[in-house]
Amino acid sequence: MTQKTLLSLRNLTKRFGDRTVLDGLDLDIRDGEFITLLGPSGCGKTTLLRLLAGFEQADAGTIELSGTEITLLSPEQRPLNTVFQNYALFPHMTVFDNVAYGLKMEKRPKQEIRQRVDDALAMVQLENFAGRKPHQLSGGQQQRVAIARAVIKRPRLLLLDEPLSALDYKLRRTMQVQLKRLQRELGITFVFVTHDQEEALSMSDRVVVLRDGRVQQLGTPREIYERPANLFTARFVGETNLFPGVLEKVGVEEITVDVQGYRRTMGLPSFTCEVGQQIHVMLRPEDIRVLAPDADHGFVGKVIERNYKGSTLDSLIQLENGAEILASEFFDEDDPAFDYRLGEPVRVGWVEGWEWLLPLEPADGLAPDGLPADA
Amino acid sequence: MLRGLQQPFRLGVLTLVWGWLLVLVLVPNLLVIGASFMTRDPGSFLSLPLTLENYQRLLDPLYVEVFFHSLYMASVTTVLCLLIGYPFAWALTKVDKRYQLLLIFLLIVPFWTNSLVRTYALKLMLASNGLINSGLMSLGLIDQPLQMLYTEGAVIVGLVYLLLPFMILPLYSVFDDLRTDLLMASHDLGAGRLPTFVHVVVPLTLPGVLAGVMLVLLPAMGLFFVADILGGSRNLLVGNVIRNQFLDARNWPFGAAASILLTLAMALLLFAHRLSQRRIGEEGGS
Repeated sequence: MTQKTLLSLRNLTKRFGDRTVLDGLDLDIRDGEFITLLGPSGCGKTTLLRLLAGFEQADAGTIELSGTEITLLSPEQRPLNTVFQNYALFPHMTVFDNVAYGLKMEKRPKQEIRQRVDDALAMVQLENFAGRKPHQLSGGQQQRVAIARAVIKRPRLLLLDEPLSALDYKLRRTMQVQLKRLQRELGITFVFVTHDQEEALSMSDRVVVLRDGRVQQLGTPREIYERPANLFTARFVGETNLFPGVLEKVGVEEITVDVQGYRRTMGLPSFTCEVGQQIHVMLRPEDIRVLAPDADHGFVGKVIERNYKGSTLDSLIQLENGAEILASEFFDEDDPAFDYRLGEPVRVGWVEGWEWLLPLEPADGLAPDGLPADA
Repeated sequence: MLRGLQQPFRLGVLTLVWGWLLVLVLVPNLLVIGASFMTRDPGSFLSLPLTLENYQRLLDPLYVEVFFHSLYMASVTTVLCLLIGYPFAWALTKVDKRYQLLLIFLLIVPFWTNSLVRTYALKLMLASNGLINSGLMSLGLIDQPLQMLYTEGAVIVGLVYLLLPFMILPLYSVFDDLRTDLLMASHDLGAGRLPTFVHVVVPLTLPGVLAGVMLVLLPAMGLFFVADILGGSRNLLVGNVIRNQFLDARNWPFGAAASILLTLAMALLLFAHRLSQRRIGEEGGS
């Protein structure tokens, strides 16, 4: 993948009435990448997409596409296309006419239109459906028509507005793979909007986590998941376990943290810190190790819920201080006793070095969850 | 339990609806069809033998001319209603939802006044000593009153005035259903306003247009009192012919044949409407 910037957003701001939906957003999208805008509803991701497509005009800021400013262009003038959330197929046209629409508007010769529509339909495996009307297709097929229609003009950039949200789980999985393959084959830059963090992680080259119109974090799926920039990202992307800690010693390469009475040595955090500071020690469920009650370390607790997930066993463990810890463990084929009874006493530890440190945020005391209700 | 309660209710409603249609729609229409094939009788209105003479008489140049003049006035009325109603209905759906209901309510309010009364009101405005003429004269714009009453134009104004809501309401309904994401998709694919209008808006609102045309065109040919009050003797509608045959000439069979002509025209339009709806099919997506 090239590192050249295709789309560059500077100080992009959008208000609806007195509500600021996008707040001075800066973002560079690279040529050929699959970038996902991720966030809860109301975070501004759909508004951002509409600004890029030209359906809304920004109140401030600029949008540049490969060096040319397109901020004020109308949608039909922008060399990019959109796959809409509910596909937005024209119900009075056949699949062929839907896909051909963009080329017909360019007044291409009939022969060329036929050839390119046939190719596009073959690409999404719908070559035998050209004569059907949209309402005669299944949801997944409609979705593929929408994609074929959007890429027929070979745009530099394809915007996808939660395109898979209307599909059932299994079909969504299939479409995720197909979309990814399509993106590689076409070499088109994809800007994908979703509120589904699993989808974002599995499909994207990079993920932009948005909240209240601001970028919370921009990084690879792995960076987002393993090294979240803040508590919001940590909680929005995947499950988190948080242990409160106090810094006891800050060294050159390591720090010593007192985690509820257990002294642990850890690597330096990503933020500046000082002795006595309170921090969060974050661990993903798969970093947690459930130990036997007679182990020599770990917090004492008991299993209050167990959830068989097929490949993993998820256990909810209540510690003595009331905190609940989620552990997700892969089955150990060599351990026939790998299972817990409800109420069984255990100890909880984690793989050393897998913890991630986050600073305490001002709002922590007020909103312990940190997530909007609809997330 | 629920089903047991539902069953008699269902049966009752269905009986009522079908009974209604049978007694008040089917039977009268069959009577009209029957009458149109019978012979005029001064005493008992209808008598045998059965004949096609009434339909033959419709081909009389006199009636053909009335029919086409009537069709012409009704068509102009329909086109005017469409030209006013289409943008009006579109604009209506753009208004804040809270005010939409109020505006539709205002559109319907005139129905509470009898249309005959409203036509007379129009006559008072158009008359040579009416509101418009005296207004224009007192402003010094004209010296002589304009001849507006008893013209073709007056009939058309009256018809548009009475029938416009019937054009707007079905159009409002299709515009209300018109998904904005389809318009966005069209723009996104490179179509400007005009191509989007031609390729997306018009085909998707066509059922509403046809419904409006049906609700305007045929009634326009039948609203005889508008022609009576505003049109004078030279601007007759098919409705006037029918009314005259039944009430003045006492020729029920011929009047019936003329009504059947209108009914057939209606059937033709209904058929076109169905075709256009089938073309669009059910809505894709949600």
